[in-house]
Amino acid sequence: MHIINMKENRIVLSHGSGGKLMHNLIENIFLKSFKNDILDKLYDSGIIEFKDFDICFTTDSYTVDPIFFKGGDIGKLSICGTVNDLAVTGAIPLYLSSSFIIEEGFEIKNLEKIVKSMHAISKKAKVKIVTGDTKVVEKGKVDKIFINTSGIGIRDKRIKLGIERIKEGDVVIINGGIAEHGLAVLISRDTFKIDADIKSDCAPLSGLILEILKETDKIKFMRDPTRGGISATLNEIVKNRDFGIIIYEEKIPVKKEVLSICEILGFDSLNIANEGKVIVICDRKEADIVLKKMRKNIYGKKAEIIGEIVKKPEGKVLIETVTGSLRVLDMPVGEQFPRIC
Amino acid sequence: MCLAIPMKVEKIEGDFAIVSIGNVKKEVNISLLENVKKGDYVIVHAGFAIEKLDKKEAKKTLKIFKEMR
Amino acid sequence: MKYIDEYREPEIQKEIIKEIQKYGNLINRKINIMEVCGTHTMTIGRYGIRKLMPENINLISGPGCPVCVTPESYIDIAIELLKMEDVIITTFGDMMKVPGSFSSLEKEKANYAKTYVVYSPLDALKIAEDNRDKKIIFLSVGFETTTPLIAQTIKIARDRKIKNFYILAGNKLIPPAMEFLLKEKDARIDGFICPGHVSVIIGRESYTSISKKYNIPCVISGFEPFDILLSIYFILKSIKDEKNEVINEYKRIVKEKGNTKAKEIIYEIFEVVDAEWRGIGIIENSGLRLKENFFDFDAEKNFSIEIKSSNRKTACLCGEILKGRKKPFECPLFEKICTPESPFGPCMVSSEGTCNAYYKYERK
Repeated sequence: MHIINMKENRIVLSHGSGGKLMHNLIENIFLKSFKNDILDKLYDSGIIEFKDFDICFTTDSYTVDPIFFKGGDIGKLSICGTVNDLAVTGAIPLYLSSSFIIEEGFEIKNLEKIVKSMHAISKKAKVKIVTGDTKVVEKGKVDKIFINTSGIGIRDKRIKLGIERIKEGDVVIINGGIAEHGLAVLISRDTFKIDADIKSDCAPLSGLILEILKETDKIKFMRDPTRGGISATLNEIVKNRDFGIIIYEEKIPVKKEVLSICEILGFDSLNIANEGKVIVICDRKEADIVLKKMRKNIYGKKAEIIGEIVKKPEGKVLIETVTGSLRVLDMPVGEQFPRIC
Repeated sequence: MCLAIPMKVEKIEGDFAIVSIGNVKKEVNISLLENVKKGDYVIVHAGFAIEKLDKKEAKKTLKIFKEMR
Repeated sequence: MKYIDEYREPEIQKEIIKEIQKYGNLINRKINIMEVCGTHTMTIGRYGIRKLMPENINLISGPGCPVCVTPESYIDIAIELLKMEDVIITTFGDMMKVPGSFSSLEKEKANYAKTYVVYSPLDALKIAEDNRDKKIIFLSVGFETTTPLIAQTIKIARDRKIKNFYILAGNKLIPPAMEFLLKEKDARIDGFICPGHVSVIIGRESYTSISKKYNIPCVISGFEPFDILLSIYFILKSIKDEKNEVINEYKRIVKEKGNTKAKEIIYEIFEVVDAEWRGIGIIENSGLRLKENFFDFDAEKNFSIEIKSSNRKTACLCGEILKGRKKPFECPLFEKICTPESPFGPCMVSSEGTCNAYYKYERK
């Protein structure tokens, strides 16, 4: 295990980017103190087991800049993100809290816009916002508006999801094109003077996930590949396990526009955030059924099998490139910056 | 080093041009080149076009291997 | 994507790979091919080209990442500048993680929130225009490819009378570094894959003297997997046929004399000096600094900075690794002190530097 370098006595942005540094922070600071049987699993929701059902509980804070971007806004994101964190653990999302930290001077008109967007999307996701809080801080103390949402959902006892259920030969499925959220936000900032038709994929996936869970009990594990992209999520799945993953570059659904922007800025689409995607690990025999069901849902039209679970190499993710060679797909280290080389 | 990619010239306005790749448009500076025309492909590095692409040579390179044999 | 995708087609590559295998067998001795350019290293890593090579063909990554070869002292100066009042640092994203003697810009960003990542030097100039009460310093690194854009940006700044824009010049030249590596007593480089986009500016002719003097094949290569494979094939064929010359694989972009307009602009603004390369040392006539007429734009001339000399003795073997003499595993810092999250030497800094690539792909 890599320990936090003692030279690093301050938090840097990369500590929050879903890559290695963030994982170090979780392991060496948070887990060290908070350690308990529920948190230790590091699933997207904490799963609290009761006699007849399980309760899944999750929380997330949203600080996206700009607050309005192509395909969504900070409000929509704050609902979808939390709903998806519940859904991927197999729960039916039910109740959410929403907490606002607002910068003095923020336009009420924009707050209304955000709240309306939250309302619309929570109706779609069939969740209720049942409690909330508002804090206003002095100008400069936060950037415009930050939102925290927490959510609870109920999970049927018969649903068994867990990394420990994953076996060699299982397949890796994704419900559509990658990297659209991260790039939509980036070009909405207009720093790079790029004009492209890319919208954030931000969407509530609870409907799609419930549909596939109804179809088969052979789904082993799910996770939404947000920060750090699918590289981070796949690496989280194999970490310290006795299996690995191979994915096939050719099979990964990705828009032409996404690839083009990645070419311009020197990004890797595999490392870029999604907000409406889910990685599903499923028994090979049931893969076609899952795929079919997914493709019927509006958030799963471009679903594909992108890889499989392999015995070796343990604990690693490999990618078969378009040239047919294999390379290791590593956990992204931190923030992605545009490169000149 | 040096990430640079071919992009198609869509529109020219003085020292700048709108160039495109795969439905993505971007503004770049073309002052390091002479006689850039609409429809040309230019190599873009850090916001500047640094050279024009020779379409004939591009095809030749792909075939080069077959011809040598 | 036109003029990109065609060169990534797996089908057209299969045949070249076969030929490379064939020539690998025919030559039947250890061959070290150096890809000078960091972006080539990226392609080689990304498409797993190293693994396609016959056993006796060794691809070594050269010093061609302008960010990795930027010396610690440059970063130290940038950080000192950052601490000054009213100063904003603008930089290419690549520079953020590069360690100086004590810290990196990414870490210092947490202390002084005045560092902006830009895509183009023109974006830095725009920040200067929009913030006339601040002093905008652009970290000017890069090889021949990038330098003309920076030179042009300075000319624009002069024409528009923008007085609050400065650069910290750290630009470097590639051919002197290639020659430096060959001059080494026990140089073990049998062929160069020359940097395609540097060559766009300097032209094919710039390598002829090196190729002749050291009797070594030099192939100017594009950046797609097809280009790299074809270039490797050309090098092996040259070695087999004992015909060492400069071959231009990247003819679709690189001309015989390069981009003369861009070359002229470089030397209108800059002049050649000796320069320090991280992990290697001083290389004669391999760097650029602003000419006297442009001192108004020179950060070093307009701000007085004192940096503590770190004088740290280091066991880092990057210099040897860059020269192709040592493997990362032989370095005592590798994996222990020096990792991608907390890089120490230049070969670990770049995401596809030799040590970084070994860390990612070759570790057991």
